[in-house]
Amino acid sequence: MIGVMNGKKSAKFHIFKNKNIRRNFWDSMLFLSPSLVVFTVFIFIPIAMAFYLSLMKWDLLTADRQFVGLKNYIYYLTNPFFYKVLLNTVYFAAAHIPLDLIITLGLALLLNQKLKGLSFYRTIYFIPVISSMVAVSAVWIWIYEPESGGLANYVLGLFGISPLGWLHDPHWAMPAIILVSVWKGLGYNIVIFLAGLQNIPDIYYEAARIDGANAWQQFRRVTLPLLSPITYFVILMGIINSFKVFTQIEVMTPEGGPLNSTTVLNLYLYQEAFHKYRFGRASALAFIMFAIILIITKIQRSVSHKNVHYE
Amino acid sequence: MLKETLFSSKVLTIITHLLLIVVGVTMIVPFLWMFSTSLKDVTELYEYPPKWIPSHLNWQNYIKAMELAPFGRFYLNSLLVTFCITLGQMITACLAAYVFARIEFPGRDILFVIYLSTMIIPVQVTIIPLFLIVKQLGWFDTYQGLIIPFIARAFPIIFLRQFFMTLPKDLEDAAKVDGCGHLRFLWKILLPTARPALSTIGLFTFLFHWRDYLWPLVITNTTEMRTLPVGLRYFVSEQGTQFHYMMAASIIVTIPIVLIYLFAQKQFIKGVTMTGLKG
Repeated sequence: MIGVMNGKKSAKFHIFKNKNIRRNFWDSMLFLSPSLVVFTVFIFIPIAMAFYLSLMKWDLLTADRQFVGLKNYIYYLTNPFFYKVLLNTVYFAAAHIPLDLIITLGLALLLNQKLKGLSFYRTIYFIPVISSMVAVSAVWIWIYEPESGGLANYVLGLFGISPLGWLHDPHWAMPAIILVSVWKGLGYNIVIFLAGLQNIPDIYYEAARIDGANAWQQFRRVTLPLLSPITYFVILMGIINSFKVFTQIEVMTPEGGPLNSTTVLNLYLYQEAFHKYRFGRASALAFIMFAIILIITKIQRSVSHKNVHYE
Repeated sequence: MLKETLFSSKVLTIITHLLLIVVGVTMIVPFLWMFSTSLKDVTELYEYPPKWIPSHLNWQNYIKAMELAPFGRFYLNSLLVTFCITLGQMITACLAAYVFARIEFPGRDILFVIYLSTMIIPVQVTIIPLFLIVKQLGWFDTYQGLIIPFIARAFPIIFLRQFFMTLPKDLEDAAKVDGCGHLRFLWKILLPTARPALSTIGLFTFLFHWRDYLWPLVITNTTEMRTLPVGLRYFVSEQGTQFHYMMAASIIVTIPIVLIYLFAQKQFIKGVTMTGLKG
């Protein structure tokens, strides 16, 4: 008798639970539907389409459309100009990231000494970060002006250095853009590093001091290891953002600079797609770019497993 | 001995400040130069050595710049587009984050991973099909085209989910007993407590899309539809060497956002350290 009762009760409970689950499911679907629709139409379908396009000859201007298989990929991978563009991008990343890292870490360390005026300095350093990249690029075009009137050459002149062609010189166009990029982004990484430094508990330093560690040893043995997750994050974002760099380059050197010295991957993609309207081919380039970013992220992750210390 | 260390630490502090000031000046000088140039007469532009204070303040450069391009319109466009995108993202994110944080149903975790995966896909990969789709929808050179593809993004969803998860489960059980449905619970109980998190992520979404450049460059065609960055970019390429107008326009674009920043600094810095992920 008791057993039957129990059975009935649990069956009833079971139905209740099922109903609850079903209600939860439909409520969830209702709540998720706006984002799911946007993601589907504007992210998932475009990815599938991009892959399909990358296998096609698809020129918007000539309305010429046909399946060409991997030809678009082969076109880029056997094209010396693609490698020049890739090299330009790597150049940007390889110069920008270490420069940025050293300066921002150095400044964050200086600011972290419980200094008077910390928030004042931080405020100032952050101004380029929040201002418009296009406006900033505009003023730097003017600063780099090689004719008289250019501030950059005037400053060089004060140190007795002869004037440079800056954005008009194939050797200097890229360094000029890197300089602007470092200048623009400094404040951001300083804030990130400062937050990381302030999270390191004082006891570690006290312990190190008791063991007789000097300032350098404290930095080397305490600060750097405990900061490594942040450093890893900054480097990873630096690499990803370097491969996506576009605005300052497009504004300062719209055609990719003298002798294409500033044509980076993203600008090349933009030109192929929206100047020449070669949508099929450009889609292949987009996938190559994506693959490069994924590979770098993977490599970085495996390197970091060995070198990043979590508390 | 003690005196010596005190002295050397004082010297160190001074050197530190000097270094920090030099960097600070480097950060500010381009903006001062922008402002100084924006008030110059064309004849003074190329003077050597550069003159920091123009002999005559040409405020009409600003009027001229406003005549050469409709910066008021660019501002309105940017405000409208960025506001709608931010509002859209906050709504879609609240709903989705609530599901991922607090409702259990089969397949939820797989769906969440799919949502997460959208973050690693750069805009560049999808921009060509996106352009074709938006064009097909008849949204080329329209506000819909500028806004709708971006009214949902994974980042705010993940950020808010993290926040919703910190709230105690008991809260929900109590509400359930009182017969409170999911939507009412989200609206009446979760959202009021989530206000600080919402304002942080909202500010960042706003800033992120305020400076958006590639998509508006691709999807707009007429001057009337340009957003601020794209409008300024065409101004720069069209005015070429008219640096006094170019700098006046740059000041018009820069000053409001810098002022907002100076007033709401704490919020900005907190936002950077809390969200971390946004570059």
